[in-house]
Amino acid sequence: MTLFARFALRRLLGALLVLLVLSIVIYALFYVLPGDPARLACGPKCTTAQVDQVRAQLGLGHPVYVQYAHFLQGLFAGTDISTGVGTEHCGAPCLGFSYQNGEQVTSLLAQRLPATASLALGAMVLWLILGIATGLLSALRHGGLTERVLTALTLAGNAVPVFIIGILLMLLFVSVLGWLPFPSYVPLTDDPEQWAWNLVLPWLSLAILESAKYSRLTRSSLLETLAEDHVRTFRAYGVRERSIIGRHALRGAVPPIIALSALDLGTMFGSAVLTESLFGIPGLGKSLVDSVRTEDLPVVVGLVLVTGFFVVLANAVADVLYAVADRRVVLA
Amino acid sequence: MSLVEVTDLTVEFGSLRAVDGLSFRLERGAALALVGESGSGKSTVASALLGLHHGTGARVGGSVHVAGTDVQGASDEELRRLRGGKAAMVFQDPLSSLDPYYAIGDQIAEVYRVHTRASRRAARARAVEVLEQVGIPDARRRARSRPHEFSGGMRQRALIAMALACEPDLLIADEPTTALDVTVQAQILDLLHTLREETGMGLLLVTHDVGVAAESVDEVLVMRHGRVVEHGRVSAVLGSPSHAYTRELLGAVPRVDVPRTGSQATDEVVLEATGVRREFGRGKRALAAVDDVSLTIRRGETLGIVGESGSGKTTLGRMLVGLLEPTAGAIRYEGQAHTGVNPAVQMVFQDPVSSLNPRRSVGESIADPLRARGERDEGRIRRRVTELLERVGLEGAHYGRYPHEFSGGQRQRVGIARALAADPHVIVCDEPVSALDVTTQAQVVALLGELQKELGLALVFVAHDLAVVRQVSDRVAVMRKGRVVEEGPADEVYDSPQDPYTKQLLAAVPALDPEVAARRRAARRELAAA
Repeated sequence: MTLFARFALRRLLGALLVLLVLSIVIYALFYVLPGDPARLACGPKCTTAQVDQVRAQLGLGHPVYVQYAHFLQGLFAGTDISTGVGTEHCGAPCLGFSYQNGEQVTSLLAQRLPATASLALGAMVLWLILGIATGLLSALRHGGLTERVLTALTLAGNAVPVFIIGILLMLLFVSVLGWLPFPSYVPLTDDPEQWAWNLVLPWLSLAILESAKYSRLTRSSLLETLAEDHVRTFRAYGVRERSIIGRHALRGAVPPIIALSALDLGTMFGSAVLTESLFGIPGLGKSLVDSVRTEDLPVVVGLVLVTGFFVVLANAVADVLYAVADRRVVLA
Repeated sequence: MSLVEVTDLTVEFGSLRAVDGLSFRLERGAALALVGESGSGKSTVASALLGLHHGTGARVGGSVHVAGTDVQGASDEELRRLRGGKAAMVFQDPLSSLDPYYAIGDQIAEVYRVHTRASRRAARARAVEVLEQVGIPDARRRARSRPHEFSGGMRQRALIAMALACEPDLLIADEPTTALDVTVQAQILDLLHTLREETGMGLLLVTHDVGVAAESVDEVLVMRHGRVVEHGRVSAVLGSPSHAYTRELLGAVPRVDVPRTGSQATDEVVLEATGVRREFGRGKRALAAVDDVSLTIRRGETLGIVGESGSGKTTLGRMLVGLLEPTAGAIRYEGQAHTGVNPAVQMVFQDPVSSLNPRRSVGESIADPLRARGERDEGRIRRRVTELLERVGLEGAHYGRYPHEFSGGQRQRVGIARALAADPHVIVCDEPVSALDVTTQAQVVALLGELQKELGLALVFVAHDLAVVRQVSDRVAVMRKGRVVEEGPADEVYDSPQDPYTKQLLAAVPALDPEVAARRRAARRELAAA
């Protein structure tokens, strides 16, 4: 096995371990801490008899480790669960049953995932383009008026809450100019064109918010690289300034951008709540808020686990990509 | 027309005049060295030859002609054709001078394509060809390696290969061997010599090291404060210098063939290492940086430890001070095994810039060992620090100043004062003068000698520079790959070395006399051919 393959494998195995620990922590938080999980799971409107029934179904009489083992079994192999009216099979990965919705948590989340993924991935493409472009421009106009204006603009974008940006964008593009439809989520599989048109505003709002970081990062790592000795070498060998910036200076900004994107993308899966609520996108963030409000415990646990999964996975993938971009990492 | 004609060159950065009315010529195929201490303006001159000051805000006056190009009046396009095409530059630090993200062959090919419009394929082939020419083994495969996969010497060869790619008329080498070990330095200087014979290109060598200049060029130009001090044939300038500054400079250069004077060595052992071993890493990847080393250090003597990078000399030094625990073996101070840091054994570090906290005043840094020992009386601390500052040749009033306000030599004096604060009996100096100019080097070495005499200190002097070590040491240990290959009185080790590695090291030391240098080069060639 090559050094690189071994590095990638080790990093991904490490991510699995983190996930396992994460699942224990979340499980402990929600099931072992004081309070009545059965009442929480069943919801506020349940009668005492119903609560007792749920308690039996959740196996809350068993020791904690048996409960956790059962939970893991459901996650990896699937299990049969009681729905209150009968039993049904819950295939892996089984995250339990939402009594309030009368549906398995897995299928509930599966319905919500595409919307969030659409939002997060699209926004990322946009914020990378926006961030890198403004960062590049600020670095090249270092010390000039352009840099100061760009810095002010990106910081302003970063400082204003997303619901203000979103409302202003809607006001401009929907009400005043009428260029875009009032956003409502259309699944990609139904109509790709409408999907994209309806997501332009949410993407743009998130991108304006996030691009400031990328702009600063690109700018600073470009300035850093441009001051390095190897750039001096290529200047002293008559290489054109355009190739020096494009081939050598920008190249140095790639690894940190990968690392930051992965963090942001992972986080986006759980925390684009405001954007999702504002634009009525039926995503994971929105259902997290809903389920916390209604105390729908199995959905909350499932959501936190899934969000954690994406954060950990995105970071593991980023580490591997980082090593692809900078081979010196493998040796360290 | 000469290859290089510089007339009345001035370069100013803001209010600082780095080069002040400098004129010289270099004929085709000839070799000239610009020699001077840091701040003399020698590198600024080298950059001016390629017009590298254009667009940096520096004001350049006078005229510079290189290989038929009027550098001052040239357009950007003409300058680009000059750089790398007609005149190529090799820089000091071969690690940072190459782009870490690209294969070495691709970087050479890129430069070649800028000047020749060759196809990608042809450029790659040319890269392999020049890498072979500079002696990279298995060049076709190694051209695909990235810089971090090359050793320091190989990287410098790769940079020279880049310079050769377009067959320039002039090679400008700015401190090309300063970051390298002495044996690697000899190889690179020999390579430059051979390439000059083969290609007939001119060489402008910029160096602070008079020995390196003596090895490599026909003419020397000594610079100081941006002006010419002395200019002439290398044998004349180095053999019978006419200017006082040149004499001072040459006088400060440590000689590998001059033994130490005024030794105060005794037979009383203060510090002793027995069978010391230190590993880094675990399991299969464990690497012994120091392996089974036994040494004694006696009161009043100086033990020199020489070795090249990676020989384990710094690791050994740190173990002697107690900054690192040995994996096996023991360090004994006055017969007692001790673990952890021992106040009686102090250290002076290599880099006086990074070994002082830039955000604290030097007085506070020197006071640290006193406070660590439990001294709480501010008045006493102040008095002691003032005394120490004065003892190392600084002023007591410097207490509140910060490291950036001092020169390199002064900062190293602060480092020495800090080591003295704990009233040590042994001071381990890890490359204490390798970052300093020769004249400053001589002053710091003299200070250490005085302190030793006055306080009866035992010194451990760790360095890669064989000449400096000879100058200060009573006994010498030569390290290679974590082991001591030879140890004994300095005169014996230097005058009749027994170990082949010691012989190799001594043969690589640059000689100040060009004739001796030529003889040694011939000897090295024979050795390599055998």
